[in-house]
Amino acid sequence: MAKTDLQGSLDLLVLKTLARMGDLHGYGIVLHIQRASGELLSVEEGSLYPALHRMEQSGWVASHWALTETKRKAKFYKLTPAGRKQLKQAEENFEQLVNGVRAMLHYA
Amino acid sequence: MSLANRIANLSRRSRVEREIDAELAAHIEMRIEDNLAAGMSAKEARRDALLRFGNRSAMHERTTEADSALYLESLWADMRYALRQLRRDPAFALISILILSLGIGACTAIFSAIKPILLDPLPYPHAGRIAMLWERSADGSPAHVSFGAFQGLHQRSHAFDSIAVMKPWQPAIVAATATDRAERLEGQRVSADFFRTLGIAPKAGRDFQPSDDVLHGPAVIILSDRLWHRRFAADPSILGKQLRLEDTLFTVIGIMPPSFEDVLLPTAELWAPLQYDPSLPADGREWGHHLRMIGRLRNGISADQASSEADGILRIQAQLYAKGFASSGGPPKGLIVQGLQHDLTSGVRPALLAVLGAVLLVLSIACVNVTNLVLARASQRRAEFAMRAALGAARGRLIRQLLTESLLLALFSGALGMAIAATGVRALVALSPPDLPRLSAIAVNGSIFLFAFAITALTGTLVGLVPAVEAAHADPARGLQQGSRRTAGSRHLPRRILVVAEVSLAVVLLVGAGLLLRSMTHLFAIDPGFDAPRLLTMQVQESGRQYDTPAARLRFFDLALERVRHLPGVLSAGFTSQLPLSGDVDGYGVQFEHGPQAEAAFRYAVTPGYLETMRIPLRRGRALNERDAAGAPVAVLLNEAFANRIFPAGNALGQHVRLGPDMGHADRPWATVVGIVGNVKQESLGDTGEDAFYITTSQWTWADDAQSLVIRTQGPPAALTPLIRDAIWSVDRDQPIVRVATMDNLLAASESERHFVLMLFEAFALAGLILAATGTYGVLSGSVTERTREIGVRAALGASRSSILALVMRQGMALAASGVLIGLGIATIASRALSALLFDVSRLDLPTYLGVAALLLAVSCVACYIPARRAASINPVDALRAE
Repeated sequence: MAKTDLQGSLDLLVLKTLARMGDLHGYGIVLHIQRASGELLSVEEGSLYPALHRMEQSGWVASHWALTETKRKAKFYKLTPAGRKQLKQAEENFEQLVNGVRAMLHYA
Repeated sequence: MSLANRIANLSRRSRVEREIDAELAAHIEMRIEDNLAAGMSAKEARRDALLRFGNRSAMHERTTEADSALYLESLWADMRYALRQLRRDPAFALISILILSLGIGACTAIFSAIKPILLDPLPYPHAGRIAMLWERSADGSPAHVSFGAFQGLHQRSHAFDSIAVMKPWQPAIVAATATDRAERLEGQRVSADFFRTLGIAPKAGRDFQPSDDVLHGPAVIILSDRLWHRRFAADPSILGKQLRLEDTLFTVIGIMPPSFEDVLLPTAELWAPLQYDPSLPADGREWGHHLRMIGRLRNGISADQASSEADGILRIQAQLYAKGFASSGGPPKGLIVQGLQHDLTSGVRPALLAVLGAVLLVLSIACVNVTNLVLARASQRRAEFAMRAALGAARGRLIRQLLTESLLLALFSGALGMAIAATGVRALVALSPPDLPRLSAIAVNGSIFLFAFAITALTGTLVGLVPAVEAAHADPARGLQQGSRRTAGSRHLPRRILVVAEVSLAVVLLVGAGLLLRSMTHLFAIDPGFDAPRLLTMQVQESGRQYDTPAARLRFFDLALERVRHLPGVLSAGFTSQLPLSGDVDGYGVQFEHGPQAEAAFRYAVTPGYLETMRIPLRRGRALNERDAAGAPVAVLLNEAFANRIFPAGNALGQHVRLGPDMGHADRPWATVVGIVGNVKQESLGDTGEDAFYITTSQWTWADDAQSLVIRTQGPPAALTPLIRDAIWSVDRDQPIVRVATMDNLLAASESERHFVLMLFEAFALAGLILAATGTYGVLSGSVTERTREIGVRAALGASRSSILALVMRQGMALAASGVLIGLGIATIASRALSALLFDVSRLDLPTYLGVAALLLAVSCVACYIPARRAASINPVDALRAE
């Protein structure tokens, strides 16, 4: 199931970022993921956009154009109620995966 | 791509795509700004931003795909791109579409025609139980049934639910009002159980009852739905009304349903009871072999059981009615029972199967050719796809692109193929031999169209995906390198095999066409036994009570003949009871005083002058003349074949015979053989020596009410038709004249079936030849293009023009020669399917095989020469510089 693959993780990171930070543009999401993960996680920045657009088509995020602090036009994304539900689901799945992997590692 | 192009493209991009662009650009700009703020140099900041971002165009592509709102948009873009690609290579597009549509169209047309005839069951309930019944003559061949034999079976047989006999009937309907037209209708006289045997009842009114089918019974008719609509405006009150046909009033008792198809006479529009004499007078028409018989087998009874039961019944009948049977050449040896559908189609089956084989060959060639074309194009586009993959095109995207192109091609071909199929079916129906059954059921068949369409389209599409799959898998660098035409590897092997296949298939088709063509020439070189050019023929019929006496009948024909003979442009004229090669078949028995007691032979009751008009040569003795009239000693002519068979010693002249109705009557005088005439082909040009006798019209027992007039003319015969018709009508305005045709046309029509198959084979063989030639040309031409550099090097190293020419020619001709050899081998086996249609030519006819081989090699030579000459004229400097 795709819930626990890399793609799923990227979705989880994006959804979590938007839940925590409110409206953000793509670049802002990338920066937040890097900062929040203590520079441990760095995504190929471009690959964010296919994921964002896919999530928008799924109705998990909504987008609008607005100006950044530096007065640059950018596309901002925000979480929808469906996205919030999806995030909860994804978090649970991820917890399960981590627990499962940890159990494996600590076995014997 | 030039800057101008880029801007033009930009302006054409959809809003959504621009948005994605802007979004990605904003991201990179923001990263650059941050990098600058972090102290990088401008160059470094940009480089870092791009590196972190990854392959931008790939991201753009993937984002677009993620955006399902854009899916349609990109499909449309694919479509436009595909159209542009096809326009860029119009030759490829055009040729592919032509080949595909030809394959689809021809296949659909032929299958549509053959399906209702050979494959679909007849349109009757439990059609498999309906059988056609023939009398079995002494030599085992089927013969028409006499009413006497039918009656015996009808009364005694238990193997059938019902049986019925029928004969054609062409009554004239008289104009009821001033605006109305008189019209000759096609119909049948049938015994009472005809419709019950087929299993279809009238949709209104009632069916025939046994009480209708008695001598001098009620004049009743059943109409077809078509006639009811056409002639009576679908008037429901027509039932019970009276209708004047010739000078008899018939009461309409029923109307058949619109779906009813009379496969025994597809043109029939009305039916009346047969009304023969059940007392079976020994010298009556009840013993003539002119009826067709059908039967519905009882459930669980096999054809063999039915025929062995019938054999017994006919033996009893033969004892009961010895004289009757003797008058028509003796009793039948038994009954032939075979499925109605099988019987109806047996004449055309070999022809249809041969055509089916031919069209399958054409379809295979079309598929092979398209595969070849697409492969050629794929190798040309290898570089393009490698490039696109390198630039970040996703594999799915490439495949979709190619699919779009292939489907677009298939779509065009399908549309054109449908048009070809529709025209083809119409042409097939128009050109088909007249005895093709179930013609009305032939229509373009949707499922067959889809089948042919799917086969050809699938071939093209699957093969078309090769470059996309390769590009996605392969290392782009290699693809790009190959695109620079440095190598000429073994990649061509599959295409070479395809060319060989194509050539060999074409050879098979050409051999078929050649064998048929030689059969046709042989057939038309045959002497029909008379001089066909400048002969006009027509059938004159008598109808009406005023012609009930034989004397009145003969007087009408005599008067008509007299007037026709005096017309300007008419050299001579005569009447005959049956006309050669017209479909007439009329045999009677002959009893010899010093020879066999019952022999069957064709009967020609003719007026003196008929033999002279036909220019049938008199071998010995004298011809018939005016003195051979009623009351005079009866004079008979035999044809050579008959005379020589019965009297091998050559003493036929002066022998005594009794004919037809007189046979076995010791009280009747003997007729005398006064002359021997040449043989005439009666049924078809392929006939061998058929027995026949001639007697004057006035000396035959009865006067036939339908006779064929033959006229030898000075000029073109058809031009005299109106003049002759008026001359006959000046005797009696109401007598129908039908079947007007020149003898030349009858001659051609008699071989219409072979001609039909030949025509299709010629067309298919030509198509196959062209396809094979283009295939050879295509492969060679592509190979020369790809080997430009190699050939340039050879030229630079001193290879002469002629040696390069020879190199390429050798390559092409080797393919053609192997194709021809394989094809000839297949043809020796495949021609077996044609053997039923061949005449006087072996299916392994050497001249045909050699001719086809020579023709294909010659055509291939031309197809090879063009690319070879191009190769020879390659300038080494240009070739090397082009790299």
